[in-house]
Amino acid sequence: MVANVKDKAVIVGIGNTEFSKNSGVSELSLAVQAIKVALDDAGLKPSDIDGMATFTMDTNDEIEVARALGVGELSFFGRSHYGGGAATGTLHQATMAVATGMAETVVCFRALNGRSGHRFSGGVAGAITTADAIHWGWYTPFGLMTPASWVGMFTQRWMHITGVTKDALYEVAKTTRDYGANNPAAFFYGQTFDRTEYDAQRSICDPLQLFDCCQESDGGSAVIVTTPERARDLAQPGVAIRGVAQCAAKDQEQMTSFYREEFAGIPEMEFAATDVYAMSGMQAGDIDAAVIYDAFSPIVLWQLEAWGFCGFGESGDFVLDGALRPDGRLPCNTHGGQLSEAYIHGVNGIVEATKLVRGTSVNQPAKQIDHALVTSGVGIPTGGAILGKL
Amino acid sequence: MTPEEHQLFEQKIYAYVGREVFSSQPAPDRINEAMIRHWAEAMGDKNPAYQDAEWAEQSMRGRLIGPPAMMYCWNQEGITAATKRSSDALTDMCDLFDQHGYSGVLGTNVKQEYFKEAGMGDQVFVDMIIDTISEQKATARGIGYFFESLATFSDQHGEKIGTQRFRVLKFIPAEGANSTVSSDEEALETPTRIASPRGHDNGWWWEAADEGRMLIQRCTACQTLRHPPRPMCGECQSMDWDSIESTMQGEVLSFTEIHHPKVPGYPSPLICAVIKMDEGTNFVSNLRGCEARDASIGMRVSGVMEQVDDKTMLPQFYPATQEA
Repeated sequence: MVANVKDKAVIVGIGNTEFSKNSGVSELSLAVQAIKVALDDAGLKPSDIDGMATFTMDTNDEIEVARALGVGELSFFGRSHYGGGAATGTLHQATMAVATGMAETVVCFRALNGRSGHRFSGGVAGAITTADAIHWGWYTPFGLMTPASWVGMFTQRWMHITGVTKDALYEVAKTTRDYGANNPAAFFYGQTFDRTEYDAQRSICDPLQLFDCCQESDGGSAVIVTTPERARDLAQPGVAIRGVAQCAAKDQEQMTSFYREEFAGIPEMEFAATDVYAMSGMQAGDIDAAVIYDAFSPIVLWQLEAWGFCGFGESGDFVLDGALRPDGRLPCNTHGGQLSEAYIHGVNGIVEATKLVRGTSVNQPAKQIDHALVTSGVGIPTGGAILGKL
Repeated sequence: MTPEEHQLFEQKIYAYVGREVFSSQPAPDRINEAMIRHWAEAMGDKNPAYQDAEWAEQSMRGRLIGPPAMMYCWNQEGITAATKRSSDALTDMCDLFDQHGYSGVLGTNVKQEYFKEAGMGDQVFVDMIIDTISEQKATARGIGYFFESLATFSDQHGEKIGTQRFRVLKFIPAEGANSTVSSDEEALETPTRIASPRGHDNGWWWEAADEGRMLIQRCTACQTLRHPPRPMCGECQSMDWDSIESTMQGEVLSFTEIHHPKVPGYPSPLICAVIKMDEGTNFVSNLRGCEARDASIGMRVSGVMEQVDDKTMLPQFYPATQEA
């Protein structure tokens, strides 16, 4: 069965806070700042919001956000689980709510002090006996407890099976950095690197070196989703959600799906791609640009394969042909990605994908962008969305 | 400091980037056996290439050499460093930090590269610059800046022996950060590996591990093995299970060497691996007894239950020895 949501929900407002390494303010402050920017962008008031969608990992209670911001009644609040896998999960919640009439205007947000507060690179270690803690307990005693270590494990095997080399990882990291170097909001604004500098960086978890890994950032991002009818009266050209999916695949674990027959791949993202293409009636060939979740450089390559831009094992050649560059087949992570703009758990990516369709990216490609893909985190239950002009 | 004062301060310190500290400064003593003996004793380095003349003569080098890691020692100042060191770019910059409250000092990293071996009687010359100064960082010790000096060591022929990068944190000491723990009850325990919490579904597995056995859960209805343990069989939905003891033989499916972060209680370097057990289930563990560059996907491994610290018993895997 194909979900009947195509073009029934529209992005009308987007907002980011300043991105930093030490915001000096609460995560609640970041959340309401980002939402306020998005409301202003749309030409809406806080009281227009009647729904919220965020991550289970977000520390901001919806009612706290509502009180701080001056939102009135809420008729919908839904959260998505699994870290960055929830990025487009927020859109998924908002789309379902708006398309069914459960809410008219939903704000999707994510705000975190990811650098000055809790840092993911510190690893997972919990003393509480939850299913989650028991899950991580199969890895913490052995020292396999950070996102880089789990992704390193997948990458080593994927490179072994496909023969893709670090040349391709470098191309992803370098292209993304070059976009970021031209984005004043990016942490690495004005700072690019070359192959010698890339190779000289310290190793984090083999084969990942420093520039293959995203930053940790403080900041917030928000996206306002409403009905097409309402969108037509607002300040910005509407960006419609053509399709959006949230998927877990067989034998899925949270970052550690090492028990599948073959773990050099991300079947949950292939599932999401199949779903989104069916909902939107589109194919890879219809997508003009993309914001692909880039917590680590190799995961961009796997997603290019999962979304059918190339076959399994062919993403290395695909990117080395310059596909991700401004004049390439699929300009990608034009804000500088999470590698070089900021790590706001992929929601700054939804903001950027919206800008690409509006035609207002700081690195707007010369060609016409009718449709942009945006994806969520990898190695976990995940998802993606295709955005297009209303 | 006001924002304007702080900006001025940063302008002053960043002006030191690239400044020369030493230029072809000769070491007071040539490379000699007495100083090498002191150094090797302190370091516990018994390499005969440094001290055993007879051995060294028959070695590929044909002579004794100075320990490469010791190259920076030859130019070290003596007690005068603490009393009347003459002013240079480095001392001036450190004074500037001190005057603005960044009085804390912590050496954080040393990175050496070696190009040529120096022997007895060679003289070491040092060139040094202040190479980098970071942006302001918030560290556990306090707010500060990392700076890196780059020293280049040469011999009397002007040939490069090696380089050394020395990274130092100059910081405003955080209040109370230097207070020492004195009472016995506050003494820190030696860190151990972070244990898994134990619940209904996994406690039995870890208890067997404590006793030196690696078990694999088995569905008693359809005999399917499963790991990690779960309450229900995904194949036949039976909730009845027992376990078998693993032979601990298997093959590496993937591995990664963990460089960062270094976690107290864990060895470094540390290799983690996914191992396909001969029984058919996959298991995440450590690969020991080889370096990462000698590890490969597909290599055969053999496991043992090992007491890895005071509190932790774990399966650990080693490259399988060839069968006779």
